[in-house]
Amino acid sequence: MEWEVVIGLETHTQLRTNTKIFSGASTTYGAEPNTQACEVSIALPGVLPVLNKEAVNCAIKFGLAVNAEIAPRSVFARKNYFYPDLPKGYQISQYELPVVGKGAVTIQVPAVGKNAAYEKVINITRAHLEEDAGKSVHGAVEGMSGIDLNRAGTPLLEIVTEPDMRSAAEAVAYAKKLHELVQWIGICDGNMQEGSFRCDVNVSVRPKGTEKLGTRREIKNLNSFKFMQQAIEYETRWQIETLEDGGTIQQATVLFNPDTGETRAMRSKEEANDYRYFPDPDLLPLEITEADKTRVQAQMPELPEAMKLRFETQFGLTSYDAASLTASRELAQYFVETVDAGAEAKPAANWVMGAISAKLNAEEKSLAESPVSSVSLASLLKRIADNTISNNAAKQVFEAMWNGEGEVDAIIDAKGLKQVSDTGAIEAIIDEVLAANAAMVEEFKAGKEKAFNALVGQAMKASKGKANPAQVNEVLKKKLGA
Amino acid sequence: MALSTEDIKKIAHLARIEVSDSDANATLSKLTGILGLIEQMQAVNTDGIVPMSHSQDVVQRLRDDVVTKTNQREAFQKISPAVGNGSDARAVDGGLYLVPKVIE
Amino acid sequence: MINSSLKTLAQMLANKEISSVELTQTFLNRIDAYNPEINAYISLDHDRTLAQAKAADVRIAAGNATALTGIPIAQKDIFCAQGWKTTCGSKMLENFIAPYDAHVITQFDHAGAVNLGKTNMDEFAMGSSNETSYFGGVKNPWDFSRVPGGSSGGSAAAVAARLCAAATGTDTGGSIRQPASLCGFTGLKPTYGVVSRYGMIAFASSLDQAGPMAKSAEDCALMMNVMAGFDERDSTSLNREKEDYTRDLNKPLQGLRVGLPKEFFDIGIDPSTKDPIEKAIQKYQELGAELIEISLPHSSLSIPVYYVLAPAEASSNLSRYDGVRYGHRASEYTDLMDMYCKSRAEGFGAEVKRRILIGTYVLSAGYYDAYYLKAQQIRRLIAQDFEEAFKKCDVIMGPTAPSTAFKAGQKADDPVAMYLEDLYTIAVNLAGLPGMSVPAGFATSADGKPLPVGLQIIGNYFDEARMLNVAHQYQQVTDWHAQAPTLDKPEGSA
Repeated sequence: MEWEVVIGLETHTQLRTNTKIFSGASTTYGAEPNTQACEVSIALPGVLPVLNKEAVNCAIKFGLAVNAEIAPRSVFARKNYFYPDLPKGYQISQYELPVVGKGAVTIQVPAVGKNAAYEKVINITRAHLEEDAGKSVHGAVEGMSGIDLNRAGTPLLEIVTEPDMRSAAEAVAYAKKLHELVQWIGICDGNMQEGSFRCDVNVSVRPKGTEKLGTRREIKNLNSFKFMQQAIEYETRWQIETLEDGGTIQQATVLFNPDTGETRAMRSKEEANDYRYFPDPDLLPLEITEADKTRVQAQMPELPEAMKLRFETQFGLTSYDAASLTASRELAQYFVETVDAGAEAKPAANWVMGAISAKLNAEEKSLAESPVSSVSLASLLKRIADNTISNNAAKQVFEAMWNGEGEVDAIIDAKGLKQVSDTGAIEAIIDEVLAANAAMVEEFKAGKEKAFNALVGQAMKASKGKANPAQVNEVLKKKLGA
Repeated sequence: MALSTEDIKKIAHLARIEVSDSDANATLSKLTGILGLIEQMQAVNTDGIVPMSHSQDVVQRLRDDVVTKTNQREAFQKISPAVGNGSDARAVDGGLYLVPKVIE
Repeated sequence: MINSSLKTLAQMLANKEISSVELTQTFLNRIDAYNPEINAYISLDHDRTLAQAKAADVRIAAGNATALTGIPIAQKDIFCAQGWKTTCGSKMLENFIAPYDAHVITQFDHAGAVNLGKTNMDEFAMGSSNETSYFGGVKNPWDFSRVPGGSSGGSAAAVAARLCAAATGTDTGGSIRQPASLCGFTGLKPTYGVVSRYGMIAFASSLDQAGPMAKSAEDCALMMNVMAGFDERDSTSLNREKEDYTRDLNKPLQGLRVGLPKEFFDIGIDPSTKDPIEKAIQKYQELGAELIEISLPHSSLSIPVYYVLAPAEASSNLSRYDGVRYGHRASEYTDLMDMYCKSRAEGFGAEVKRRILIGTYVLSAGYYDAYYLKAQQIRRLIAQDFEEAFKKCDVIMGPTAPSTAFKAGQKADDPVAMYLEDLYTIAVNLAGLPGMSVPAGFATSADGKPLPVGLQIIGNYFDEARMLNVAHQYQQVTDWHAQAPTLDKPEGSA
């Protein structure tokens, strides 16, 4: 039987605020345990929550970015359960009335093997504001867990999709897209290592062509795209094998073990949870007006989709190039800066996606760490455009710039890479070449086109590569009467 | 909706309160009485009535995103519980609150 | 002096007839003499208290006194007060020394008032007799065999026995008004949102409200001037202009429309209570008030609604007491689950556990709509009844409690009978309205003791100043509020 995997994601994005969602405690990562756990964070008797304005702004930004309904009135609810890292014994979340309603994002699924790349729309079910829990630290004291509540109360936006994805590749493409988007609009730092962006993935399988969803298992807390891919692939195989062996799938929460590449059900969540949600009486309904939306809209950067279309029309880039350049905000910004500094758009696009991206990838650097700034790249591209150097020479100059050997013109001079564009000089070289290669000239005249290229090569060699190849072509043609 | 002692135990577990069998029986009779009182509500037709969570029809006030809290770990951990199991030691270590091992 | 009004005490302090230290010491001496019997206070700290009195004297001498500077106030043990043991009447918090101040405590500190001590209360404010306190019951100063009411029973007994100049209380279903009625003094529960709940240990967040318990309406007004006001740390605190609650005290009552809900006189009321209430209402007629019969058709449902909503909120509010960061942790346990279950089973008393279980049950999967949602819907009907009523009248009057103080132990084992104590008070909390209890006379017990009866005055939202005016005018023509119990000399005294 052929199987189909059905995947939906719930992503917890930590919002980039200075303070916690319901108190004025700092959210800075990496502080000494419990030094950022104020009386509200540790839930002393009598303390009360007050909602952080910036967390609400972040939610509105996200809603606008995925073209979603933003609820004029949403409600905070208590999700009740006991866990040592949950100091109140309940998490303040949103349940029946979330701040962000239905929306959508378009993902680009890359080509794999014979399968071509394609676009797909993933529907967002909802996104709601809630508070993060603290952390349990194991191993400090034998037989005990240590509880650090610095993270408790950090604002989260939980973004939930419809079960729209049909492969690990689609799920990863969505997660990457979302990861870029939340950074693009500035609501999340995207730091997966520090847990700023964590995905829970719901996976089920069903016979291909059927409608009814299979029983799902939820893979918790994936904080790398590689692990997500591995976990979904393993989980999918496991579910199919289980069913093919005549077994059934039990709804469960599972953890992925990167060392074994396997998933296993969590022990602590075995008992059925009954969260007893009810509206939090300590908080009033959150109202978001049209004016609030307008105010936040004014702070929004141009979104990737709009920027992509603009790149196509304004710069004549292909849809593929425009999409690639807008895959991240810093890449797009680097490109725009290069063009603003005087480079032509198409070569700028090629260099940003080509040489720059290749170098960054090879050295695992971010754009911010690039030794070649957008302005430097633009000055290099200007030297190509004004025929000072050839494309080949430009590659050498770029290499030197990357290695910190100086600015463009200084490197060209130091390496003597300036292109010869003086027609008289080129004619002199070509005369020499024609005299020395009479045999080739004869071959050309006899109709051998290849001989022409060989003569160009000889002329370039004679100029030590510095002759402007276009001019060499032109002069040679003239001399040969071609 | 008659309650049983099994229900009492299930609820008590959800609420993380230990109940012995005899406690459960005593609690059952009291809770049954209270639920009887509560059942009076069912006589009222509430179709279309908007539930009331707050007495004032006001909306949530928002706080500026400015750090106002300082580190008070020492003061807060002075009142942490004794570690239990017969010891007088506080249930903290290296700034962490200590609990029996959490199993995931 | 112990019977003097707050205004008189402030004048005596200002005129240097007495110092705050002397005044405070007078009350501390009475507390030392009577508290072992009455058990009104859970925590006392004479040094800390007298240090505040000394500071108040300096402030008075410097000419910076407010109306309450140097006045010794008893604080219900539900308010976190930095450095004070704050137990909320529970074993769970037996050793909890609050590391911060509640808003109400801060307000009294700023006013220069003196904190006399933390008063006894039903555990987590759940009770109507003070018998659920882990620290023992409180005796009604009018008859030591009877309860003072609850949950603010310690504050009530302290006011009645003159063990403080005035006290604070909190009222979730009647916890200021019912003990005020049973102990014979004036208590006010303000409109929900007028006094900040920050630092006030939560029972049922959407109903809890702090208020004054004092010897007269005028004293309550002065207390309100300190307690009320916007606090940005409480999302439900209402951002309104500061008001002077004494401003209308002396207005005549001519033309006042008094609504009398027929339901309050039909059901549950004890004949001995009904008589003083009717006489009080007659008095208002003499003062120029017009009586109007009104109806609150859903008021009889307030108890069922309350016993869904309050336990539901409480079950969640009390989840933080898990033995992890503060409070009681069991001494023996096998694992985390066992630690939770034992710590909470040991730390909470029977009534608190019952309410947590009820609350957990009504919120659990499959029951939410039938219980919680339904209760919230009827809550709206109850509030709408009042809205209709206030179209016809300015204040509503009736009994505060169905009967006078009952014997200790009489209802302790019957939660449903105990819950009916709040028959007339709960609807006010559900609607979020302000309510008062004012002494209106006495009924005589079977053993011949006078037992106070309280008249309840319910006002429209934010009408506290008018209610205080209505109560004050009555207190100008009657002296029920000025009567104090004769306390037996404590054992061992001369």
